[in-house]
Amino acid sequence: MSWRTIDRKTVVEDELGPGLSDAAQDKIRSFFPRYPTRRAALLPALHIAQDEIGYLSLRAMREIAALLELPPAAVMDIVSFYTHFWTRPKGRKTIVLCRSLTCELMGGRAVLEALQQKLGIGEHQTTPDGEYSLMTEECLAACEHAPCMLINEKLHKCVQVEDLDRILADPENDQLAVPRSDRFDAPATD
Amino acid sequence: MAFEPVLMKHFGVPNSTALAVYQADGGYAGAAKALRMKPDDLVELVQKANLRGRGGAGFPAGMKWSFLPKDRTITYLCVNADESEPPTFSNRVLMENDPHMLLEGILIAGYATRTAVAYIYLRGEFMEQFHILQRALDEAYAAGYFGKNILGTGYDLECYIHRGAGAYICGEETGLIESLEGKRGWPRIKPPFPAVEGLFRQPTVVNNVETLACLPHILTRGLDWWLSLGTENSKGPKMYCISGPVNRPGCYEGPLGISCRELIYGQDFGGGLREGKKVKAVFPGGLSMGALRGDLFPKAPNGQIDPRQDYDELDCLLDFDDPRRYDLLGLGTAAAVVVPEDVDIRDVLVNVTRFFGHESCGQCTHCREGTAWMYKIAQRMRAGAGRPLDLDLLVETARNMGMMPGMSICGLADGAAWPVRTIVQKFRQEFEQRMAKQEPDAAERRIRQVNPAAYELPIREGRETLYVGGTFFLP
Repeated sequence: MSWRTIDRKTVVEDELGPGLSDAAQDKIRSFFPRYPTRRAALLPALHIAQDEIGYLSLRAMREIAALLELPPAAVMDIVSFYTHFWTRPKGRKTIVLCRSLTCELMGGRAVLEALQQKLGIGEHQTTPDGEYSLMTEECLAACEHAPCMLINEKLHKCVQVEDLDRILADPENDQLAVPRSDRFDAPATD
Repeated sequence: MAFEPVLMKHFGVPNSTALAVYQADGGYAGAAKALRMKPDDLVELVQKANLRGRGGAGFPAGMKWSFLPKDRTITYLCVNADESEPPTFSNRVLMENDPHMLLEGILIAGYATRTAVAYIYLRGEFMEQFHILQRALDEAYAAGYFGKNILGTGYDLECYIHRGAGAYICGEETGLIESLEGKRGWPRIKPPFPAVEGLFRQPTVVNNVETLACLPHILTRGLDWWLSLGTENSKGPKMYCISGPVNRPGCYEGPLGISCRELIYGQDFGGGLREGKKVKAVFPGGLSMGALRGDLFPKAPNGQIDPRQDYDELDCLLDFDDPRRYDLLGLGTAAAVVVPEDVDIRDVLVNVTRFFGHESCGQCTHCREGTAWMYKIAQRMRAGAGRPLDLDLLVETARNMGMMPGMSICGLADGAAWPVRTIVQKFRQEFEQRMAKQEPDAAERRIRQVNPAAYELPIREGRETLYVGGTFFLP
């Protein structure tokens, strides 16, 4: 049940967008032993695809459908339900600003307006140089640090309008300091 | 006797996410003790402790486990770490600072329910927490706390982290199960309850992060310690969140049953409001539990509770029973957000209705349409074009949504209706005062703004109907 309809016979090859690499397909396959059904690996597969391509292209959705033995429409159904997934190319960094009650009380709306002015884009838009996409989301569960802002994976806390220049100028503003797990990239199957 | 934190005892300890640090402070001793007991004795122990779920509904965890059929072949455990209720963040700070406490709880709960596979359904935005938790899980696997033949008892448990993708409804237990199966997170009709037929149509237990983190302490410190904390029907410690313009926003631990006033003004908790402002409203258990009036209003003269009068309601105790006396839905997540005196209550209403309008999953008609229309009405009131009728309309809409009137599949609609109804009923005076100050032609301008075509209608009667009835449809 997706609002977007595509006739698979007439869709032009160029509109399908990029596909998945072999490494990404192997990584998706490595999730299969975790679940008794193939379909349950759909959310991890979509995360992997979006991490690689930047968004979920029609070709990627089609390839995931083939891997998980699902109809492509079922994959698009899931993609359209969850807010985390993008069906159009997004910027290299996604800025997610919290708009829930605590952040609004602490001045989140002023931060959003200043950010829109600085980047010159509105919500759900991407800057012309493809660097930033901007969106707002409901509670990011960091209310003690309101107003908060997520750039890709990194959470910026207690963001005030005067901090924005410093944050945007920092090239490392989307990098996490925590060490990463090896097991996630190659899940154990024993 | 001063309260000694247990759930948050490792907060601030350097490198508290490492296994060695956790084990040095008696970590996994509770799990080792549990694995020497019989699973059914463990279920009975948790039932005796009356451990009520910390995720919002407050359903006893031991009773949930006892509903599992006796002749099951495989059991699944889902850990609900899809924390998205504004303004709750206790699960996040717990996973950030002490992931092994959660993993130990998973091991105990998994053994008690004879679970084969445990899935941690983690919210998609929690990337930092994901890496911390996955590192901790790797360490626990390496140390033999997960996998085959745990601690030489012959018990096998696999644990995986499953990342969500940004949907509030996946915090509902059957919505979470559907999402884990790779479908859209639409809640299922109950019964059958997940304990009978849940994930992959097998018996399933769904527990919150904080509920599971309580389990090691019940085992190591014993039942007497546990039952000495809290009020009559609400036992144990609880992580309280306080946010908004207070001096010390954050997560604090206390026994169940502290008062809302203490949470806001206590020196160990919120520490009072900034600039000495007064509290207009407080949402003591997350948005969906409803609002209390703050100390901007006078105290009740004889101490009687009457939600219909404009009295200060901050004496509400935060346990599983007392909030109901103040016309709230329940304790919820015990996360309070404070609305100070200088905030327009109409802004608060718009924010609350927008949240639920955005997060309603769209499965049940009353919730999908009701939340969206409440948002539109709230926006109209904020734009200065409210009608006295709107307040009654909001209350009527709210009363006809949710599981309690029997209209919807899950509790999201109740959670959406409750704050709207309590805000409108408890702050009606302020709404009416603001409406009295509206400009007389505000309604007309609002209609032009929203739908210019409607204003250009040629029929005179039709146009008059628009002003009087306020609807965009002709009779």
